[in-house]
Amino acid sequence: MIYLSLFLEFFKIGLFSFGGAFGMLPLIEEVVVSHRWLSSNDFYSFVGICESTPGPIAVNIATYVGSIQGGFLGSIVATLGVILPSFILILLIASVLKKFIENRFVKYFLQGVEPVIIALILSTGIFLLMNEVGIEMKHVHFEKASFMILMILLGCSMIYKRVFKRKISSITLILLSSIIGIIVCSILHI
Amino acid sequence: MLFHLWITFLKIGLFTFGGGYAMIAQIKEHILEKKGWLTEEEFIEIIAIAESTPGPLAINLATFVGYKKRGFLGSLVATLGVVIPSLVIIFLLSLFLSSIMENRYVQYAFIGIQCGVCYLIIKTGFSMVYHMKKSKYRIIILMIALLSALIFKITSIDFSSIFFILIGGILGIVFSSLSSYFKKEDQK
Repeated sequence: MIYLSLFLEFFKIGLFSFGGAFGMLPLIEEVVVSHRWLSSNDFYSFVGICESTPGPIAVNIATYVGSIQGGFLGSIVATLGVILPSFILILLIASVLKKFIENRFVKYFLQGVEPVIIALILSTGIFLLMNEVGIEMKHVHFEKASFMILMILLGCSMIYKRVFKRKISSITLILLSSIIGIIVCSILHI
Repeated sequence: MLFHLWITFLKIGLFTFGGGYAMIAQIKEHILEKKGWLTEEEFIEIIAIAESTPGPLAINLATFVGYKKRGFLGSLVATLGVVIPSLVIIFLLSLFLSSIMENRYVQYAFIGIQCGVCYLIIKTGFSMVYHMKKSKYRIIILMIALLSALIFKITSIDFSSIFFILIGGILGIVFSSLSSYFKKEDQK
């Protein structure tokens, strides 16, 4: 029953996702890839799309995965799954559990969760970087194109910071990286 | 009022690019400054709660503001408002994304985009390390979690992030309780 498993898996994601958009990525990737709903490559491509479309990343991924696995109904079910835990929890806190958030142990719990979330984000990023440039467990093969794109991107964002005196926004960075991707891959003829 | 709430959050959902933190600015502009639906104090309280509960920040904020204004119905309307734009846009996109992806140049663009996402994730991670309130035990948790998460990934051992989060939370309770206990002892 695809609808039920979409709902339950995205409910789980909604319930255990702390730490902003990127804090959720490790868990979402885990769920989506282990069910073979998306390949790891497609997943990160779609995250790139999410950076340039409005709305929370978790909701966007839920809608997308739901739609390709179960059509329109699937997208509704998955989206409901990912927002319901927040909805219920916030309602409880706003109505009866006002003191919950001030509870000492809730604070302590969150103090321990924060470094773990950061570690998960960093490990996801580093592992992704290793895959991009071709370092894998079984065989190492140098990915020229990705390596060049990353270097150019790094250079561009440093120059941008110098020239405009502010950080490059994620949307601009994603647009820029798509253009660099087209140029570098066309030159290298992959 | 309900319809007004819905339209306002629909607008916020439609124009919030770049995740939850961009949304905080949008809410501040629309709900506080233009509409005066919340006071500065309520706003700060709402953000603190939204950040310490799981789930997308945008959903948490919408639910809370909706509830404050019009109870359960208000929260339902505000949450639906903020979700509908993404739902419609992404659903339409999903219908023809796979056919666009067959184009060679689109594939090239996505090789670039994957690198861009990788860059953004690492950058976010490091800036979170930089902004984290540091204490000895939190740095140790960070290092151990980072190392073990990487090893599990490379050797493709299944270990759900949920366990990482729960273990981190339990360690947080243990160490914070211990350190506040010893502080009290010192004061005596």
